[in-house]
Amino acid sequence: MTSADARARIQERFGVDAVADGGLAVTLPRERWQEFARFAHAELGCRYFNWLSAVDWKDQGFEVLCRVENLDAPLVVTMRTRLGAGEMRCSSLTALYRGANWMERECYDMFGIVFDGHPDLRRILLSDDWEGYPLRKDYAVDTPHAPYR
Amino acid sequence: MEVKRPLPQIPPPVWGDFKDLQEWEKYHQSRPLDDKTSNALASIADAIHHMPGGWIVTTSTDKIFNWARKSSIWPVTFGLACCAIEMMATFASRFDVERFGMVPWASPRHSDLMIVSGTVTIKMAPMLKRIYDQMPDPKWVVSMGSCANSGGPFRHGYHVVKGVDRVVPVDVYVPGCPPTPDSLMYGLLKLQAQVDEFQKTGKRTAASDPGGA
Repeated sequence: MTSADARARIQERFGVDAVADGGLAVTLPRERWQEFARFAHAELGCRYFNWLSAVDWKDQGFEVLCRVENLDAPLVVTMRTRLGAGEMRCSSLTALYRGANWMERECYDMFGIVFDGHPDLRRILLSDDWEGYPLRKDYAVDTPHAPYR
Repeated sequence: MEVKRPLPQIPPPVWGDFKDLQEWEKYHQSRPLDDKTSNALASIADAIHHMPGGWIVTTSTDKIFNWARKSSIWPVTFGLACCAIEMMATFASRFDVERFGMVPWASPRHSDLMIVSGTVTIKMAPMLKRIYDQMPDPKWVVSMGSCANSGGPFRHGYHVVKGVDRVVPVDVYVPGCPPTPDSLMYGLLKLQAQVDEFQKTGKRTAASDPGGA
């Protein structure tokens, strides 16, 4: 499975052009997020879940990014999806990749994105009584707050 | 011919602009002027002091007590971040603070000094406070490094306590990022000088000008 090969199969199956930047970058609609992950896992052989994170694009909503790899090929696929403005839900990849569990918890912790189907969506780094989601652009970092909570 | 661009003019800071300073004044933990041990000693010392000729005893015992206190300050080993590496270097043989009678001790219950060496996160602050509360009463705190002094480079982060003096009262601030062992030793010597002034009348001496001691 070469990179060009994978690109052709993605084009055939999903009708999106995978941009080659270091690996393959695929932009997906939100509904096909889980479907693509299943495809990448089963057919492209991307068994290794590298990371998952998000970007806050302010008015244009959040973007969730995730990187999976086929370590044998080697093949790197970065999948990204744009949640709509004000939209906070994304489907979870935990059923496919065990490694997605904590990454999605961290993403929930920092951005407040709710992953549907996640078995245990709690805060992972910050304390349970933390207010707000600190990596959002509208999080007021310099607000004077009590010495410590 | 080379044309030089004009140097950018940095506007001088205005005192009123320091919102941080007002915030500091609001949250700063000041040193308690007395504590349990000092109060107990103060009543005894008062009684002796008012006997005829008693002042000779009290003044000389103060001196002896302070000498003993300052020559065996045991810091609790409490490393938080990269400053802890410099703190360990200070404790190690090259810089050797044992010649000041400082033995890094692994229990807060036997310690007199806490060196806050590094960034205090909001999550860590309650634990720091608990360790401070576990130390027996004549106790001192050295805030080591920019992070512990004011939050340092992480001051505008969401997760850092903006100076450890919001959590515990601090006696000596050591600047630097991280401070070299020499700076920390200088701070510890300043602390010894401060401890020397510790108990003049049974109560702690109030904080005087920072340049003194």
